[in-house]
Amino acid sequence: MNAHQSLAIGQPIAPPEAISPAAGEPDAMVRFEAISKTYPAYRGKPGVNALENIDFAIPRGSITGVIGRSGAGKSSLVRLINGLEKPTTGRVIVDGRDISALAGRELRLAQRSIGMIFQHFNLLSSRTAADNIALPLEIAGWARADIRVRVTELLALVGIADKHDRYPSELSGGQKQRVGIARALTTRPSVLLSDEATSALDPQTTRAILDLLANINRELGVTIVLITHEMSVVRQLAREVVVLDAGHVVESGHVADIFTHPKHPITQSFLAEATGDSLPVSLASRIVAEPSAGGQAVIRVQVRGAGAGDTLVARLARELGLDVSLLSARIDEIGGQHVGSLTLGIPLGISGGEDAVTRTLAWLSQYQFPAERLGYVA
Amino acid sequence: MSPELINLIVQATFETLYMVGIAALLGTVFGLPLGVFLATSRKGELFAAPAINRVLGMVVNATRSTPFIILVVAIIPFTRLVAGTSIGSTAAIVPLTIASAPFIARLVEAAIREVDGGLIETASSFGASPIQIVLKVLIPEALPGLLLALTLAVVSLLGYSAMVGAVGGGGLGDLGIRYGYQRFMPEMMLAVVVVLIALVQLVQSAGDYLARRVNRRLRHR
Repeated sequence: MNAHQSLAIGQPIAPPEAISPAAGEPDAMVRFEAISKTYPAYRGKPGVNALENIDFAIPRGSITGVIGRSGAGKSSLVRLINGLEKPTTGRVIVDGRDISALAGRELRLAQRSIGMIFQHFNLLSSRTAADNIALPLEIAGWARADIRVRVTELLALVGIADKHDRYPSELSGGQKQRVGIARALTTRPSVLLSDEATSALDPQTTRAILDLLANINRELGVTIVLITHEMSVVRQLAREVVVLDAGHVVESGHVADIFTHPKHPITQSFLAEATGDSLPVSLASRIVAEPSAGGQAVIRVQVRGAGAGDTLVARLARELGLDVSLLSARIDEIGGQHVGSLTLGIPLGISGGEDAVTRTLAWLSQYQFPAERLGYVA
Repeated sequence: MSPELINLIVQATFETLYMVGIAALLGTVFGLPLGVFLATSRKGELFAAPAINRVLGMVVNATRSTPFIILVVAIIPFTRLVAGTSIGSTAAIVPLTIASAPFIARLVEAAIREVDGGLIETASSFGASPIQIVLKVLIPEALPGLLLALTLAVVSLLGYSAMVGAVGGGGLGDLGIRYGYQRFMPEMMLAVVVVLIALVQLVQSAGDYLARRVNRRLRHR
C-alpha cells in the first residue's frame, strides 16, 4: 500500500542520524521541518497540495491537538508522523530520528514506538479483545508467555479486564476504543497518535475516553497527538494546539493563548462553536437596529482569561450605577482560562438616550474587554 | 439393484471423492496465493505490481472462459506428462486442478478485498510487514468468505468430475454415462444423480457450518 513496503528488505540502511534540537526550542518529540505533501494527479483527478510549509514542533510529554475542518490536511499530517505517508519535501523528526528517511525494516522497527488509534477502532473481528491487543506484540516477535502478561496488564490499564475473551462484535464503542488504546500502548510507544478517536462515540463515552487518554499521558508520559475537528476534544484534553486550514498551519501554541486571542477566522469559528457566540433564537429575533424609548441596548462582551468575567456584571452595575441585565451568557474553560461571552442589556433613557451605553462601552474598553453593540430590544 | 451394481456405485463414489479431494487441495495450494496476490497487487496496494497483476488476471480469465470439456482435451499432452497417462481418475486430477485454481483465485480475491482497508493501515501503523499483514490480518479476517469460496469450488468440482467421466476419467459421471446412458439403465442414472445431489448437499452444509463458526462479525450482534 505504501511505496516503502515494496522496497527490498536487504537494502542498505542509513546510519541513524543524531539530530540536535534547534537552538532555543523546547525538547520536541515530533518536529515538522519545511514539510509539504502533494498527491499527484491520478486518473483525471488533479493533484492536491495536502500540506504546505509545515514547520512546528510537538513538545515531549505534551497533549497536542491538531484541529481543522475536513480536508484541512489533518490525516496526512498524522500519517507523516508514523511513516504511513512520506512528505514530498522536508523531514519529520520523531524522537530524534528522521522518520521520513526510513524505509523497509528500519521503518517498521521505528513504527513500533509510535502507537495509533482510529475513529472506527479498526479491531480485527476474528480476534478477541486480548488477541487484538496481542497483535502488535506477535508482530514484534514477543514470546507467548510475555504477551499474556503484558495483555493482562493493558486490559487492566484501560479498565476492561473483564472483557479479555470478548469479540469486538460483543463490545460497545467505548470498549472497542479502549481495546484500540491498549493495542496502541502494547509496545510502550513514546508517541500516541489519535485520529478522530472519539468522533464515532457519544458525548459521555467521549469524555470517558478523553479522561483515559489524560491519565495515560500523566502516568506513562506518552506524548499524545490528537487529530480532531471537534473543539470540545481540544478544550477538554489538549494543552497545545495547532490549527490547520487548507494545508497550512494558521496558528499554533498553548491552547489558552490561542483561544483567548484567536487571530485567524478558522480559529475564531472553532471558538464560536465552543463558546456559543450565536445568540439564543428568542433573543436574536427581538433585536432591532433602532433604539426605542425605555428599551435596552444589546452589548456583547468577550471574556478571555482566568476569572475575567466573574465580577464583571456586578462591577459594571455598581461602578456605573446601572440596572444591567444579563440577556445571555456562556463561559467555558479552555486550557485553564475562562473563555466566553456575555450579552448584556443596558437601559436606554426615557427618550431613548444612549448616555448609559456610551459610558458602558467606555468602561469596558478601559478594562480591555472587547465589546460590540449588536442592536436594541424593546 | 444387484450387489454388483451397488458395489460399482460405491467404488465410483470413492473415485469421485478422490478426484475432487485432491483437485480441491491442489487448486487451493495454487489458487489461494494467486488470489491473495491478485487482491493485493494493484497500484498502491500491499504488493503493488500492476503489470503482473494485469497479466495474471488475463491468464485467469482465459482459463476460466475455456469450456471445461475443451480444457480437458486440449491439455491431454500436459496431463500425460504430469500423470503418466491421460485416462483414469489420477489423470483427471490434472485438468480438474487447472480449472479450479483460477476459479478459487478469483473467489479468494473477492473475499480478501472484502476486508476493511483500515485494518491494513492499522497493521502497517504498528510495523507489520506485508507478509505479516497477509497471514495475521487478511486471511484470518477473510476466513468465513474463504471457507464459503472453497465450498463453492468443491461443489463445482463435483460437477466437473462428472464431466471427466465422458473422457474416461472414472467416477460417478463415468458410471452414469456407461451404464445409465449407453446400457439404458435408468435406475443406474438415477442412483448416480442421487449420490451426487447428496454429496453436494453434504459439502454445502459442512461449508456453511464452518463459515458460520469462524464468523465473529455478526454472530453476537
